[in-house]
Amino acid sequence: MGILFSFSVVVALTVIAFAGVGIAGMQSFFGVVIPYLAVLVFLVGVVLKVLKWSRSPVPFSIPTTCGQQQSLPWIKHSKFDNPQTTGQVIVRMALEVLLFRSLFRNIKTEMNDGRVTYGSDKILWLAGLVFHISFFTVLIRHLRFFAEPVPAFINIIDALDGFVQVGVPHLLLTGVLLVAAGGYLFFRRINNSQVKHISLPADYFPLLLIIGIALSGIIMRYFAKVDIVSVKALTMGLVSLSPRIPDGIGVVFYIHLFLISTLLVYFPFSKLMHMGGVFLSPTRNLANNSREKRHVNPWNYDVKVHTYAAYEDEFREKMKEAGIPVEKE
Amino acid sequence: MAKEAEPTPEELVQVDYEAPDKDWTKTPAEFKKGMYCYGSRPAYLESVGFPNAREWSPNDEDWKLPENWKEIVLEAMEERLSKYRSFRLFMDICVRCGACADKCHFYIGSGDPKNMPVLRAELIRSVYRKYFTIGGKLLGEKAGARELTVDVIKEWWYYFYQCTECRRCSVFCPYGIDQAEITMVGREILNLLGLQTDWIGGPVANCYKKGNHLGLEPHAITSNIEYLTDDIEEITGITIEPTFNRKGAEILFVTPSGDLFGDPGTYTAMGYLMLFHELGLDYTWSTYASEGGNFGFFTSMEMAKRLNYKIYAEAKRLGVKWILGGECGHMWRVLNQYMDTWNGPADFMEEPVSPITGTKFENAKGTKMVHVAEFTADLIKHKKLNLDPSRNDHLNVTFHDSCNTARGMGIFEEPRYIINNTCNNFFEMASDATREKTFCCGSGSGLNAGENIELRMRGGMPRGHAVKQVQEKYGVNMLANICAIDRAVLPPLMNYWAPGVDVCGTHELLANALVMKGEIKRTMDLRLEDLPGVEDDDDDAENNENSEEGGE
Repeated sequence: MGILFSFSVVVALTVIAFAGVGIAGMQSFFGVVIPYLAVLVFLVGVVLKVLKWSRSPVPFSIPTTCGQQQSLPWIKHSKFDNPQTTGQVIVRMALEVLLFRSLFRNIKTEMNDGRVTYGSDKILWLAGLVFHISFFTVLIRHLRFFAEPVPAFINIIDALDGFVQVGVPHLLLTGVLLVAAGGYLFFRRINNSQVKHISLPADYFPLLLIIGIALSGIIMRYFAKVDIVSVKALTMGLVSLSPRIPDGIGVVFYIHLFLISTLLVYFPFSKLMHMGGVFLSPTRNLANNSREKRHVNPWNYDVKVHTYAAYEDEFREKMKEAGIPVEKE
Repeated sequence: MAKEAEPTPEELVQVDYEAPDKDWTKTPAEFKKGMYCYGSRPAYLESVGFPNAREWSPNDEDWKLPENWKEIVLEAMEERLSKYRSFRLFMDICVRCGACADKCHFYIGSGDPKNMPVLRAELIRSVYRKYFTIGGKLLGEKAGARELTVDVIKEWWYYFYQCTECRRCSVFCPYGIDQAEITMVGREILNLLGLQTDWIGGPVANCYKKGNHLGLEPHAITSNIEYLTDDIEEITGITIEPTFNRKGAEILFVTPSGDLFGDPGTYTAMGYLMLFHELGLDYTWSTYASEGGNFGFFTSMEMAKRLNYKIYAEAKRLGVKWILGGECGHMWRVLNQYMDTWNGPADFMEEPVSPITGTKFENAKGTKMVHVAEFTADLIKHKKLNLDPSRNDHLNVTFHDSCNTARGMGIFEEPRYIINNTCNNFFEMASDATREKTFCCGSGSGLNAGENIELRMRGGMPRGHAVKQVQEKYGVNMLANICAIDRAVLPPLMNYWAPGVDVCGTHELLANALVMKGEIKRTMDLRLEDLPGVEDDDDDAENNENSEEGGE
């Protein structure tokens, strides 16, 4: 149900953009108004969300320790799985954010001949990493549409991305990898009964949307080619806040742009916020040094306690009889 | 009759991990006998001032929820969303990648999809979406939102008490989402509705008034320890006279009360007594702060803080320099990650220094509380103990990392160092079942009751199988650990999954190997069982032994 629903929404979005531009001729609406609104919603939404998170304090020091603590000097400390200092936390976070360290640990649990067994399972890590790195590279590559002249590093990334030198224009690998990895993640969602069981429309939809964005981009570059000079004129117009709609840009471009706009609007309200959230996760971004330095809870309050005096009052005679010293004879 | 109805290990391993096609939001929890605890009797809740105490049973159709239960739940959620970044964030950022799904011992042991950590979290997340997010309010089901109903409350109760807050899922989560955080909030909310379990409610009430979970009154503590010192005298010929509530002692020793009461925990307590005596340590026990563990931690943060208060209060009253803590799992999660924040700063004490080796425990200079395994490992490293590991030669030992000390602290090497120096035969379990990936005993976080035994055996299945493997491969017959709950619950678990494997604390192994000044020849271990091999060469060796002893 969630699958069909999510798929239908992405198709509907495509049809809307197609009809809006191809039939109704609403180039300005889809090329200028929607993108501006989308960027606005994205920026404000993300900032508000992060502010909302940060307004909730971290009352306790709760890192998940995944290695040996720092204790006696002769015991080897697992610095990056159980950080004791801020520097070590930064390395732990970098490993997490850049290399998906935790996902790399993944193992598969199975029941074989009545015995629980474990096997290596790195494919989710690999697919996830390829998906994110590809997406990020594609994003960086697209900066060429928003800068004139194109910065050198973007040309270098382009060259690297197209190193296989197949086809005209050169095939850019990350685009293909993005679709392939996204496709695998989608396949996994419907093929693995456990993952299917937990999946929501909110899981299928962004995945299909991103695949749709990548596919429309690929179609534009290799098949239904659009006038790239006009596209750049449009995007430069957007960033320089003097928007204009050049003639002769194919409708595929508007579909691409509309799907991206949808993603931007959807982003702050969805699980995609894990991009920001991962940095704030208290089980990862805190040092395990709460025995060394006091972690302060801003809302710590006094509680009702059972004092020693009350305890002794209740048990004084028994304590005396047992030879336990008391405060009041 | 009841006994016969309990499933056999062969039946229990028939677990199917294929998740059903059915929508889980449309499948209310089915309460299976043996999988949940009794509801708390009202007296327990009343004695600590928990709200909505009443006679109540999970089997009843009507849970007699307070009239405004929905309001209570939603207000409590809102309050916790604003108080805990963990809770707020973990509601928002899960991508349901499923990496945690097959990491939970309860899921592995039951195949119940709602025991996948991600889904256990979704039980509350779905309600969060409905009442606290724009998408959920507008789109409802399509956004994964669902209405808060009595069935949902029952489902929360059933599944938040099928989570031992072990944090294994959190190790594998790419964002570190910790189901323990969510379970803790879930239980706090249920607690506001008076939905406590009897097995947790009792120890909390006991601990609050009497100082320990078992409800041992002061004279019972001293007499229990006297039994232990009597046994020690029989075994070693050495008389030990520990002190209680003694002002001016250098060190306050705090350990879980379970170790004063039941086997095999008592052998670990004997180990402490023997070690401290041998060192001539200036320390005291306390009858007031007579509990290291904290069942309050399984009800609410506030209750946990109220119980934890006694440790620092007693340290201050007695004027000790620092505190030494015994072997226990969740006790150390609390001491490591919460105590100083709740009840600190402990500036009335001094930075802990071992009086024997002069080692400064820099990592504990804030809380002033040292783990006994750190303390003992340091002694061994500095060769301050005369150890004869051959006394443990009849034991093939493996080590169970407890969840809380593993993933809420990271004390892995210290206990292993102790075992390696006190035993000649030590074998590790599979690496996917130890250290940060260790498996729960299946009975942590207050689930060590009797009526939920099937749940415990299911939850302990992965641990049981891992032990079974080293039993078959290396002849392992002893499962060492540093947790009092482990010592209480692993014996039945081993009987079930790996019969023939016994359970002990590391300080039992240590005390068996410890050659004490002036001791008689050891013929018995701490369990008063004959030491294998000793009887045989008794006659031959007697003269030699005697002359050696005499020479000193």
